[in-house]
Amino acid sequence: MGQHKVQGRHSKTDPMPSELILSLNVNGDARRVLADANRSLLDLLRDDLGLTGSKHGCDVGDCGACTVLVDGEPRLSCITLAADADGCAVTTIEGIADAGRPHPVQTAFDDQVAAQCGYCTPGFVVALKQLFDENPAASDGEIRDVLGSNICRCTGYTKILAAAFQARDQLNGGDTSQGDE
Amino acid sequence: MPVVGKPGAKIDGLEKITGSAKFTDDFTLPGMLHGAFLRSPHAHATILSIDTSAAEATPGVHAVMLGVDLPKKYGVIPVAQDETALAIEKVRYVGEPIACVAAIDRATALTAARKIVVEYEQLEPILSIEDALDKSKPLIHEPSNPLRRKRASNCLRRVFQRYGDSKAGFEDADIVLEEDYDYPGSTHVPLETQTALAHYEGGKLTLWSSTQIPHYLHRILSKVLGMRTQDVRVIKPHVGAGYGGKSDPFCNEFCSAKLAQMTGRPVKIIMDREEVFYAHRGRHRTKMRLKMGIKRDGTITACDFKAWAEGGAYASYGVVTAYYFGVFLPLPYKLDHWQFESMRLYTNHPPCGPKRGHGAIQPRFALEMHLDKLARAIDMDPAELRRMNAVEPNTETSNGLRITSVALEECLDKVMEASGWKEKLGKLPPNRGIGLAASAYMCGALHPIYQTEMPHSAVQILADRSGRVAIYAGTADIGQGSNNMLAAFVADRLGIETTDCIVMEADTAFTPVDLGSYSSRVTFFAGNAAVNGAEKLREMIIAAAAAKLDCSPASLELDGGEVFHTKDAEKRLTFPQALVLAEEKFGTLSVVGHYKPPKIGNRFKRQSVGPSPAYSFTAQVAEVEVDPETGFVTIERIWCAHDCGKAINPTIVEGQIEGSVYMGVGEAMLEEHVFQKGALHRNPSLLEYKIPTVHDTPDIVSIIVESNDKEGPMGAKEAGEGPQLATVPAIANAIHDACGVWLNEAPFTPDKVLKALERKARADRKAAK
Repeated sequence: MGQHKVQGRHSKTDPMPSELILSLNVNGDARRVLADANRSLLDLLRDDLGLTGSKHGCDVGDCGACTVLVDGEPRLSCITLAADADGCAVTTIEGIADAGRPHPVQTAFDDQVAAQCGYCTPGFVVALKQLFDENPAASDGEIRDVLGSNICRCTGYTKILAAAFQARDQLNGGDTSQGDE
Repeated sequence: MPVVGKPGAKIDGLEKITGSAKFTDDFTLPGMLHGAFLRSPHAHATILSIDTSAAEATPGVHAVMLGVDLPKKYGVIPVAQDETALAIEKVRYVGEPIACVAAIDRATALTAARKIVVEYEQLEPILSIEDALDKSKPLIHEPSNPLRRKRASNCLRRVFQRYGDSKAGFEDADIVLEEDYDYPGSTHVPLETQTALAHYEGGKLTLWSSTQIPHYLHRILSKVLGMRTQDVRVIKPHVGAGYGGKSDPFCNEFCSAKLAQMTGRPVKIIMDREEVFYAHRGRHRTKMRLKMGIKRDGTITACDFKAWAEGGAYASYGVVTAYYFGVFLPLPYKLDHWQFESMRLYTNHPPCGPKRGHGAIQPRFALEMHLDKLARAIDMDPAELRRMNAVEPNTETSNGLRITSVALEECLDKVMEASGWKEKLGKLPPNRGIGLAASAYMCGALHPIYQTEMPHSAVQILADRSGRVAIYAGTADIGQGSNNMLAAFVADRLGIETTDCIVMEADTAFTPVDLGSYSSRVTFFAGNAAVNGAEKLREMIIAAAAAKLDCSPASLELDGGEVFHTKDAEKRLTFPQALVLAEEKFGTLSVVGHYKPPKIGNRFKRQSVGPSPAYSFTAQVAEVEVDPETGFVTIERIWCAHDCGKAINPTIVEGQIEGSVYMGVGEAMLEEHVFQKGALHRNPSLLEYKIPTVHDTPDIVSIIVESNDKEGPMGAKEAGEGPQLATVPAIANAIHDACGVWLNEAPFTPDKVLKALERKARADRKAAK
């Protein structure tokens, strides 16, 4: 945790602090939160910070509905300790749009009706946003690989793939379709 | 530009994409407590005692409730009320809730629940169809009337129906084929687990819940809690899908309400992922025996179908399931001589209920495979066999179903053309194959679960001088897009955009009753109500505008946010201007549209379950590749043509088709609700219960076919369930085309494929000798 100050409320006889004061930057806002040492990042975001866009789907890292970015990397926040995000920049679905202007991935999801019930959607949007941040011209296969970490039970992934391709087109200023894989 | 028929974004799309859409678990109330359950470790046991003292003494615990606190039995189906909020005296499946604790947080509630001590006396569990049929085994439910003890059994419902003369029909046949089929149990896996939040104040209850049927929940909550219905308010926020799995009322809804009463604090209870597997209400594992006769010319002469469904510990919608098995068996084909017998049995497993394509999936699997076998026996193209037996528009089936619009032939044509059927059937390289299946499904039930002369659906529309159009509906959008459907109909009739409408839905205190999101009824029923209401408002607007513009109402049109004369370009008003005139002329603008299905007589009195005002039709082709070394089946592509009457929003209809096919792919290839010996669920997690990811999902080509049903709202029928019915048999038939084996048991896992290939190789060797 390096230069970040972690203040454990613990006595010398109890080497494992039960509570920690965490400093995080969440969607651009500096936050200080008192949290149990075993608190998940997802619970911290939802219950302590009121950012309910990230979802509980399985609580064991199987479904991807809780995906957030920690220092730009995708993380399953349900199985990430909040303490592990101490001193980090966290981006949730609420931080994907730019001053209310939807990200191209979000626009594409809307256009393609890639959200049916919408419960898995935040996880998909965050994961795809991260992929395109890293590689705006990601191949069809790379897109599929990223989507493979998330479960959607409504769409059969067809519209989600269509949205991903549309977003890629928009980010690259043209048609990037690779035809049949 | 007409709004109906326009593809693209739905009205509540963006909020789901930015994370602002609120689901039940996203609500927090001041002072809110959290609930957690103690669940049974036994499949079948008598509860001797329950000691809650240690739980109650746990710091942070506010209340502990037991089954006796809510002893009233309930069940969605009035003739099958066999469930209580928590188990009383007896547990009937592993995972059945026994006690519920309310505490300051969920961790405390869970810890306290584990401190509850229950003494059990174990009973012999009933864990299979065979056990359930065995009269010497113990009863899972004792009859409430002891006089019935003698006749009591573990069969919830047996249905037998006979039409025509199947004996004569079989005598007429050139070929008769009889085989057994086995369809697995599977579960819905909505990504949002069941969640409820209750608030009780001043003798009134508000419950936010992830239900897909707010109206039935409202009724049953009132009954079980002993409250007047007018004192209970059910609100359905955004729901993380249902697929039928949120049709029943659940323990967390009753217990959060009761604990809110007991503690005077709001109570939220979520089920975790494992608990949802116990709550279940999914597909019945079903064993089937199907006998069919056919003439060499392809005429189906007779059919005899038997189905035994393993239903789990409670009735849920099981009575309906037993009827659906038979009622939807022949559709989409003409069949004059047939009979069926179905039994829905109790077992000591989590209760089964309605899952997408309720009661129609299993018989379709058997019958569509059977048809392919018969087609091969008479050397006929399976697609042509289906075409020649297809039910015709504006006819009545032998079991009295009134058939209106049918575009099955067009579905067959489209799907054959798109898939290259004629060029591929029997001509693909070894281990590659193509298969086809067809189906039909209901568009809502003519008869609701309780008899009523009241509308089945109503939509209230308010409009005022601001230009605002607010739609109030009791419908439950669970992701299928019903909010957009309502807005599209209203916007279309008023010449505005869907985004000019705001939909307020599923709040029993404010929205007119709609019976809920089940039986693929919402578009047909609520859609008709919305059109009906919008037409009334349209007439008022036109009357007011005609008076102002000094022209005949018939000369006015509503489009593009304007009211205008079709021939005189000078005569036009903006939509808000027209609303001002209408408000001046008629006062505050409020209309109610409603829909009650027509009274369609049925020759057969026993046909109260199944008839619908219209039916959707589907044809589907799957192309697969089988690896003979590993038995692994890869689905290359699925083409699905669906007659949805009229696509209100083609993008959403495609999404429904794709989602249905996807769920069929899961059931065909991966999903199975299985249990260990002691009735413990073997795979109650997303890691172990395999559902398809993007890597397991084939390309899905959805083809919309429009038959424009004359009673459907602007021609529309259903699209959310029907497209799933043909998926599994199409894949099974493709596997046969690929490698010559019939898999009469789903899912088509590599071990089953390999075993079948080995059997075939042995038989081939024997034949060669």
